[in-house]
Amino acid sequence: MTEKVTKRYEVSGADFTHAGEASGKVKALLKQIGYSPDAIRRVAIAMYEGEINMVIHANGGYVLAEIYPDRIDILLEDTGPGIADIGLAMQEGYSTAPDEVRSLGFGAGMGLANMKRYTDAMRIESEIGVGTKVYITVKS
Amino acid sequence: MLYWLYNNGNEGKAAMQLKKIIEILKADVIFCENEEIEILTACGSDMMSDALAYVKDRAMLLTGLVNPQTVRTAEMLDMPAVVFVRGKVPGEDIVGLAKAKGIALISTRYRMFTACGRLYAQGLGGGTDDI
Ligand SMILES: Nc1ncnc2c1ncn2[C@@H]1O[C@H](COP(=O)(O)OP(=O)(O)OP(=O)(O)O)[C@@H](O)[C@H]1O
Ligand SMILES: [Mg+2]
Repeated sequence: MTEKVTKRYEVSGADFTHAGEASGKVKALLKQIGYSPDAIRRVAIAMYEGEINMVIHANGGYVLAEIYPDRIDILLEDTGPGIADIGLAMQEGYSTAPDEVRSLGFGAGMGLANMKRYTDAMRIESEIGVGTKVYITVKS
Repeated sequence: MLYWLYNNGNEGKAAMQLKKIIEILKADVIFCENEEIEILTACGSDMMSDALAYVKDRAMLLTGLVNPQTVRTAEMLDMPAVVFVRGKVPGEDIVGLAKAKGIALISTRYRMFTACGRLYAQGLGGGTDDI
């Protein structure tokens, strides 16, 4: 692999059942390209957490994946409610998820912290009422 | 919510074949391509992000949660198997997803605590001593 590969995936906000499909596709693609299993797993977990967040907190959006020989950049962008206090949202255990989301297995307040832990760089841009952009990078 | 079965090689915890896990849990096999696969550690949780916080090789997920995201979580973590506790049986959509991803699904009537305890007592570890 010498050139950059760019992929874009739509994430439906109405569809909890299919949430994670885009992450599964990126995972398969990276395997095919021959990335290290460790890098693939870190990308997959971080992107999956982001994808789930888009579905449960922000009514969906899209994911842009840029795959370079030595790193993977992922942008998750939604037009949801935005995050008022990013520092607070990043804290383990902080969640605004309602009970019905918790009964689906999410809402522990661990997702953003997991994304941070598994990636080499992470940045969140968010505006209330406009939406949220989460940028993550994993080096191979 | 999260029970990482405590493990260390020096405590006599070791890998276990899925076949033996099925036996210990008196479990029903819903889908499995290879019962000979070796499971190194296990994680019990109903919260997927708790499970996603701990990465171990060839780990297995025990959960009382039954929806497609249990299989997705296993997929992202490269887990070869998911055990549903309390006799829960997944629907066709979940089984179909597991087949597509090659992830084994088994169902035990034991509750979470008992299922984890039985496996631990028989030598399966949790893969971490971080607390
Ligand atoms: N894309 C988003 N849009 C709006 N708010 C978000 C978004 N992502 C996260 N948040 C806010 O940040 C909080 C923390 O997110 P985080 O992913 O860490 O936990 P969670 O999604 O609530 O639970 P978990 O990820 O453990 O299932 C959320 O509860 C929500 O309030
Ligand atoms: Mg989350």
